[in-house]
Amino acid sequence: MAPYHTRQKIRQTYSWIGRPLLDRKLHHRTYTEICVKIEGCSTPVHIQVGQFVLIEGDDDENPYVAKLIELFEDDFELHSKKRARVQWFVRFSEVPAHKQRLLGRKPDAQEIFWYDYPACDSNISAETIIGPVQVVALAPDEVIPVDLKNEKIFFVKLSWNEKKFRPLSPELFAELEKLQESSPKCQKSVEAMTKNIESPAWTTTEQVVKRIESSHSASKSRQTPTHPVVPTARKRLELGSFPRTPHTKISQPTSQASLDSSGRTKRKVNFSETTSQTKRSHLYRSEMSSPALKIPEKTGKVQPFCAKDVKKASPKCCMILRTRVPALKTTQINEERTLTPVKGGQRPSVPSVVLKPENIKKREAKEPETQNQATATSHRIRRRSSLLTLNRIRQQLRVLENNKSDQEEEEFLPTAEVSDSSSEEEEASTPALSRRNTRCISRNLRPFLKPSIQTPSKTPKKMAKSRTPRCATPQIRSRNLTTPEPASMLEEARLRLHVSAVPESLPCREQEFQDIYSFVESKLFDRTGGCMYISGVPGTGKTATVHEVIRCLQQAAQANDVPPFQYIEVNGMKLTEPHQVYVQILQKLTGQKATANHAAKLLAKRFCASASPQETTVLLVDELDLLWTHKQDVMYNLFDWPTHKEAQLVVLTIANTMDLPERIMMNRVSSRLGLTRMSFQPYTHSQLQQILGSRLKHLKAFEDDAIQLVARKVAALSGDARRCLDICRRATEICEFSHQKPDSPGLVTVAHLMEAIDEMFSSSYITAIKNSSVLEQGFLRAILAEFHRSGLEEATLQQIYSQHVALCMMEGLPYPTMSETMAVCSRLGSCRLLLVEPSRNDLLLRVRLNVSQDDVLYALKEE
Amino acid sequence: MSSRKSKSNNIIHAECLSQVQRILRERFCHQTPHTNLFGVQVQYKHLIELLKRTAIHGESNSVLIIGPRGSGKTMLINHALKELMDIEVVSENILQVHLNGLLQINDKIALKEITRQLSLENVVGDKVFGSFAENLSFLLEALKKGDRTSSCPVIFILDEFDLFAHHKNQTLLYNLFDISQSAQTPVAVIGLTCRLCLSEDRSVREVLQRHFNISKNLRSLHTLLMLALTRVTVSHPFLTAADLMEANQLCSMDSKANIVHGLSVLEICLIIAMKHLNDIYEEEPFNFQMVYNEFQKFVQRKAHSVYNFEKPVVMKAFEHLQQLELIKPLERTSANSQREYQLMKLLLDNTQIMNALQKYPNCPTDVRQWATSSLSWL
Repeated sequence: MAPYHTRQKIRQTYSWIGRPLLDRKLHHRTYTEICVKIEGCSTPVHIQVGQFVLIEGDDDENPYVAKLIELFEDDFELHSKKRARVQWFVRFSEVPAHKQRLLGRKPDAQEIFWYDYPACDSNISAETIIGPVQVVALAPDEVIPVDLKNEKIFFVKLSWNEKKFRPLSPELFAELEKLQESSPKCQKSVEAMTKNIESPAWTTTEQVVKRIESSHSASKSRQTPTHPVVPTARKRLELGSFPRTPHTKISQPTSQASLDSSGRTKRKVNFSETTSQTKRSHLYRSEMSSPALKIPEKTGKVQPFCAKDVKKASPKCCMILRTRVPALKTTQINEERTLTPVKGGQRPSVPSVVLKPENIKKREAKEPETQNQATATSHRIRRRSSLLTLNRIRQQLRVLENNKSDQEEEEFLPTAEVSDSSSEEEEASTPALSRRNTRCISRNLRPFLKPSIQTPSKTPKKMAKSRTPRCATPQIRSRNLTTPEPASMLEEARLRLHVSAVPESLPCREQEFQDIYSFVESKLFDRTGGCMYISGVPGTGKTATVHEVIRCLQQAAQANDVPPFQYIEVNGMKLTEPHQVYVQILQKLTGQKATANHAAKLLAKRFCASASPQETTVLLVDELDLLWTHKQDVMYNLFDWPTHKEAQLVVLTIANTMDLPERIMMNRVSSRLGLTRMSFQPYTHSQLQQILGSRLKHLKAFEDDAIQLVARKVAALSGDARRCLDICRRATEICEFSHQKPDSPGLVTVAHLMEAIDEMFSSSYITAIKNSSVLEQGFLRAILAEFHRSGLEEATLQQIYSQHVALCMMEGLPYPTMSETMAVCSRLGSCRLLLVEPSRNDLLLRVRLNVSQDDVLYALKEE
Repeated sequence: MSSRKSKSNNIIHAECLSQVQRILRERFCHQTPHTNLFGVQVQYKHLIELLKRTAIHGESNSVLIIGPRGSGKTMLINHALKELMDIEVVSENILQVHLNGLLQINDKIALKEITRQLSLENVVGDKVFGSFAENLSFLLEALKKGDRTSSCPVIFILDEFDLFAHHKNQTLLYNLFDISQSAQTPVAVIGLTCRLCLSEDRSVREVLQRHFNISKNLRSLHTLLMLALTRVTVSHPFLTAADLMEANQLCSMDSKANIVHGLSVLEICLIIAMKHLNDIYEEEPFNFQMVYNEFQKFVQRKAHSVYNFEKPVVMKAFEHLQQLELIKPLERTSANSQREYQLMKLLLDNTQIMNALQKYPNCPTDVRQWATSSLSWL
């Protein structure tokens, strides 16, 4: 993706377009359009309220995506007076890693999510806007159109509220489907037709705004059928659409069809209705809270597509239930916080009413979904068409630079503003972890909040809380260089032979797979717990087999063949300290964070005390031996929990040593482990051959003899599949290296493999001795002679030195001085060819060989 | 006239020479990466291929470069990295992490350093990490998030690799190699070590891919040449074999023998007495009293050559030798033990003593004779 122009690289100037509208309470001047002029580029880019924009972040390649809600100038802001209010979108990469799996599928590269999370600061400096971008909303089960795989277009399917991915809202899809046929293609053609840089982009985006917007308002209006006042959110439509270009005509009818229910008359009512404050504020409250409360139940049935996700997420069901009440509380807090600025200015008519949870429930119960969609659309068409004409007039007027248009503008703007704030409030309602806040901080030093906010003390506190590394999304910078496809057969082979490549099947471990599978499956069906100990030398496929079992079981669970379960994996090597295992388990189980002691208590409570029916937990503990502590309490707990009836915990443990339970565990621990043990035997040569064969299926890169050779060699030594793969990979390198002609890469032959094996298994000591200097070799000879003389395996430097001098005299060489000999000795010591005492002992330091004497003799004789 | 001409000639000559000296000195002293590689071309080619594959194809790799000190390991990797960074597409797409076992003495410090060098801090803000465990899981999560095709390859360079293997549980190494062996962010782990075998490694699956062994120490060659270079003057414009020989002598000078040259006759006598004691008692430790007795025997016979010093004077000389670390007490000196009877060992070899005596200025003949044979006074 081409890097975007950011302020660091290219200077951009921002200027307002149009006359400002003064907001007297806040001392703001609101605008509808901003002009971005890029230095070195003649055509300035116009960005209007309602458009989708890219916003500068800490990653230049992936700027943030947002929808522009409001543009205003704020004189109180010190750093930049041009401000903007936005509705964020998140990329998949911005979703915390541990939550990403909630999506349950691979996200498309261009997919973004509506960020349904109010605690995130939406007030930004307008000068962080990079430029317009196109965003298209899609139904969740729709595939992203191939012909639109353009980098400048993003697709929205789901919304993300820091807890769950949800469809944008159920009502949206009906309308979206109607829109679907026309919009992308139309836009495409429009884009092709016009060579203008910006207009096609913003037209589409604007439509999307409308779509999203309308769906939101539709859902809202449903919830409040009895209320005389219609929500104001859709007012933005007019605002966004009035500077319409002629190109958009093509897509016009569809967008009209999708428009919302409220007619113009209703809008007027609303406009004049600002007096009924209390009622309206109640209404807003209910709207705000309802999506958060309702949708978890709703999505399951409304969206067949979501079934998978829901099922996956269902292990967390208990957690959700538990957190629901606190969530409500946070609503209140958020409410207060987000409402204040509104009270301060934009909509002075709405008093800040503190939300009572009972109130919401009552509302919700009272309001059934009865709104008729059909009438809504007809209304909307009418309104839309009238709007359209109005816009055209407006546009012409603007072209002529007629000042009369300002009057109209003023007529529209107030409504638009009201709608903005209301939608904002709606956004601000859903409680969640305030991760987005953290991101806002890191984005740049953009000031968060307007100084007009009355409760400054609250916000910083919130920030501070959210600034834990857990909430941050650590990520390695992504590359903008595409990985080339393997060019030759050897490269392809190398790719497949890499240890990280995941094979489709695990050959030669069918029996083990079956055993583990049936063990876990039976526990799942019986709703009991159990332990299993799996041992085997490194590289025998223990972890891979267990992962495969879990994968199969998860698939089966999705197909309802086995009861659903939750899977947790911990690795002893990835812990800094054995007790950290509690922390990790708890975090993966519930997302909670606690200290090791507290986590242990919580887990014990969960597994031993709770009598509530829950689903089974499968826990994989890799590198079990690292969890050894003096008291063995960690192991004891791990094996004790499954013995409780309520725990429903299956523990699979993996370690290298076969007799670990007998060797290091106390009786009471090993007895709890039980007798379900399995040991993975090292691979035999035929098995290794089979593994290599399956990896290199349909790829003739190796001679058959060569594969057999490496399989036999490795099997004779260790049976480590990793080693085997590494040798083969090295052999392909050697092969490639030796064939200089690129057109004939050739097969990997036995000779290449022999070379690789020699490299891997040859003793580095012997090469080192062979390559050492004459003096070093002489010193080694002297050591051997001294050992031979004394009959001991140890000698002082003095003894060796006299031997060395004698040897040199015998051969007629000048003998070295003591200092030189010392230097030689310490050099050999640093290579660990010799084991030496610290050199402060001087002449008396004792020297030993770290290699066998035969090896030294062999290496010295060679030349 | 002619003399003036030759003088000016001389000046130009001198300037030239000093320039040459300067250039050569620079070459010897600074490790410039643009000097040519000798003897390691094959290894270099392997390494650069491997790094390119990580950088471009996103293939994880691990290499251990082994060689004695001064054999050019660091130069090799610097050279390779420089060439890699010269490729434009690669240089933007690669992250480097340099760690040194002497600096990052435990995993905690190493993790912090990695976080800093990957500049992941900006995600964390100015937040100080709570604990080592948090830091580890944070970093692992960061590395786990990537995959082969989309994230930037990271090259880890671990200097003094063997020291990392001494960290508790080898957590860092295990995790690095684990990442390199699974489908996560592509990494290349390059270890530099002079240890020939990491057989102590218990659980880290070591991938010893290549062994680079270059025998002789380049650094000592550089010092040798530097010394020779200082001898180049106007009157002596070219390096000769003799210069190199002399420089070599300077390098290989026996430091202890030099100390012996500066000792007084009394101290020399004491050393000779110790040597005889060593010969007689076969390397058994001695004490002051024994040495004094031996010395007395000599002085009584050859009284004319060496003045018969008082015992406290001899004791003083003996202590001076101890301070010079030419003799070493076997046990630690305790306050209440009598110094005369403390057991000592001589830290000089016979050959050293004899060589030093040869060169000792104004050595009395009797003393020299006494040194060759303990029975010469008879």
